[in-house]
Amino acid sequence: MRVGLFVTCLVDLVRPSVGFAALELLEAAGCDVTVPATQTCCGQPGYNSGDREAAKALARKVIAEFEGFDYVVAPSGSCSGTIKTHYPHLFDDDRGMRERAERLAAKTYELTDFLASVAKLARVPGRFDGTVTYHDSCAGLREMGVKAQPRALLAKVPGLAVKEMATPEQCCGFGGTFSVKFGEVSAAIADRKCDDVEASGADALVLGDVGCMLNIEGRLRRRGNRKTKVLHVAEVLAGRDGRSE
Amino acid sequence: MQVQSMHFKARASEALADATLQANLHKFGSAGLAALRARAVVEYGAAEFEQLRDAAASIRDRGLDNLPALLERFEREATRRGATVLYARTGTEIRDLVLEIAARHGLKKAVKSKSMLSEEAALNDALQGAGVEPIETDLGEYIIQLAEEPPSHIIAPAVHKSKDEVSDLFVKFHATERKTDIPALTREAREVLRSHFLSADLGISGANFLIAETGTGAIVTNEGNGRMVTTLPRVHVSITGIEKVIPTLEDFATLMRVLTRSATGQPISNYVSVFTGPKGAGDADGPEHMYFILVDNGRTGLLGGEMQEMLRCIRCGACMNHCPVYKTVGGHSYGWVYPGPMGSVLTPSYVGLEKALDLPHAATLCNQCGVVCPVKIPLPDLLRTLREKQVDRGLRPPIERLALRAWAWAAQRPTVYALGTKFAARFLRMLGGGDRMVSHLPFAGGWTDGREFPSGPGRTFRELYAARKKR
Repeated sequence: MRVGLFVTCLVDLVRPSVGFAALELLEAAGCDVTVPATQTCCGQPGYNSGDREAAKALARKVIAEFEGFDYVVAPSGSCSGTIKTHYPHLFDDDRGMRERAERLAAKTYELTDFLASVAKLARVPGRFDGTVTYHDSCAGLREMGVKAQPRALLAKVPGLAVKEMATPEQCCGFGGTFSVKFGEVSAAIADRKCDDVEASGADALVLGDVGCMLNIEGRLRRRGNRKTKVLHVAEVLAGRDGRSE
Repeated sequence: MQVQSMHFKARASEALADATLQANLHKFGSAGLAALRARAVVEYGAAEFEQLRDAAASIRDRGLDNLPALLERFEREATRRGATVLYARTGTEIRDLVLEIAARHGLKKAVKSKSMLSEEAALNDALQGAGVEPIETDLGEYIIQLAEEPPSHIIAPAVHKSKDEVSDLFVKFHATERKTDIPALTREAREVLRSHFLSADLGISGANFLIAETGTGAIVTNEGNGRMVTTLPRVHVSITGIEKVIPTLEDFATLMRVLTRSATGQPISNYVSVFTGPKGAGDADGPEHMYFILVDNGRTGLLGGEMQEMLRCIRCGACMNHCPVYKTVGGHSYGWVYPGPMGSVLTPSYVGLEKALDLPHAATLCNQCGVVCPVKIPLPDLLRTLREKQVDRGLRPPIERLALRAWAWAAQRPTVYALGTKFAARFLRMLGGGDRMVSHLPFAGGWTDGREFPSGPGRTFRELYAARKKR
């Protein structure tokens, strides 16, 4: 299986350990992984800001970089969701591009979905001694159908137990540029998520999107919580603590 | 109603600072209508409910695709049964028509059941000005009429008020002993409203649906006030949007199954009132005169365009009940008649893109609204389309446009991008200090006013990966 790893721009900039974790997991699942060196961003910031032309330009770039692989995998429901559910509509008026976008969409996966449903990863390299609570990031959940897959994989991690929070499907308030444009509202929404995370009593919050991680961890720390770890699901599965690059 | 949507940010900020409002919203968010809907869907069967949503969406689409023909059919059938059908293009025309009717029949007191169109038209002020006393009879609407506030939710207009705040209002306006339990408060309101029902000569209602094949209007209430309003006074005026017309009674039954479950989790509301023409020869009750005012007020502007799906809306409120932003800042922050996700699409569409620049952006695009919408309106997609329209019309701030252009330019050039992120990663790491947490981000204070920004290790994945490959 030739897999193109779409690292995502946030992982590249602030959380490289997620990229390495994804790479290790895919290789552990027996995939032949390539990380195209020219990749940058899927274009979602432009798309969600109303700049359709910028989004189309970046979509063309991603399609050209990744269409040669059997699968495209991203450690993010949000970025994989952009490729899978939104790219084809960007080219409603361009039949050739639309078909290429649809072909790419059909083989694009969120990491845990790919590991659980396609690669059927049997054993995970990681170990975690403690309890974790899982936040269902919106795009992963509602665009990519990611819900059972990360939990099934976490169940394979020795020493780990999942303690569900009350409303894991409730948005954390990140919303991309929303988090800066409406920072006050965004932080207030994140506050409720933090209440929920803390009430679960788990040692770590685990989730599958770096945007939401930055938001929730940023709010937890500002509230003075230094205790609850915030980890990407790939890091936990690969046995990384988020600082090991 | 005056459009205040340009002030979303300031109003949201006030809402966040209001401890009473926050407590009320929190209660609504944790134990409110969303939980009731979830239970109702499970009871109905999740898969069956999905089929029902498909059926409901397609009924609404059929209605909208044949709107002119359906309206003609409705008018013909309603007229045949003795009602008068009038059309209003704007809020002003609604007011003029209602005042004309009041003058023609010499009407002095109006009891009203919930009507969001009456809010669009600021009808109460106009009635008062013309010497017709308007009394809201939906309990929530009655409460906010006393408080002189607009509704903050389309089906639970006083959801932002606590029981104590209602007690205070009743003491002030009813001059009675203070009551603290909800049944006693409700009984007091019923007693006050009863005398208004009996003395009113005009009843004003909305209509949840107009049924073309019979010329019928239908409203859904839980308090029975709708039935009083539509049967007791000698003149009944039903005001509703032209998009509310549906083909048949059978369609009405299907939409009802999905409407009340989505709104309050009820299999059916306590009252479903259907009204077809005025009191007939053998009828025991009903108004002597009956009018339908069918309103455009911006709706035809959405027909046949990329925003048409919004016109499917059946006003259940599920989108706001599930919206993280609405549940945090409340309905008044949105600044016009309709709050939450549906309001953020409708307000700019009806009153003008430039009068509500913040609203399409005041959403995380989490799509919780889209997955619960009973008629499957793709609300996040419509919000995004409005964002695109803002860019196309040059309505975004220059600094935002510049930043986006610079980002898009660099992101298409891997070498430039790699260099930019290399410096950005180091800069963030430097700001982050020992605990790798940035407490103040230049150019993105919106983030760090309420949160830290986890800085990362100071090297991009790209750099670390290249170094690793060399080894």
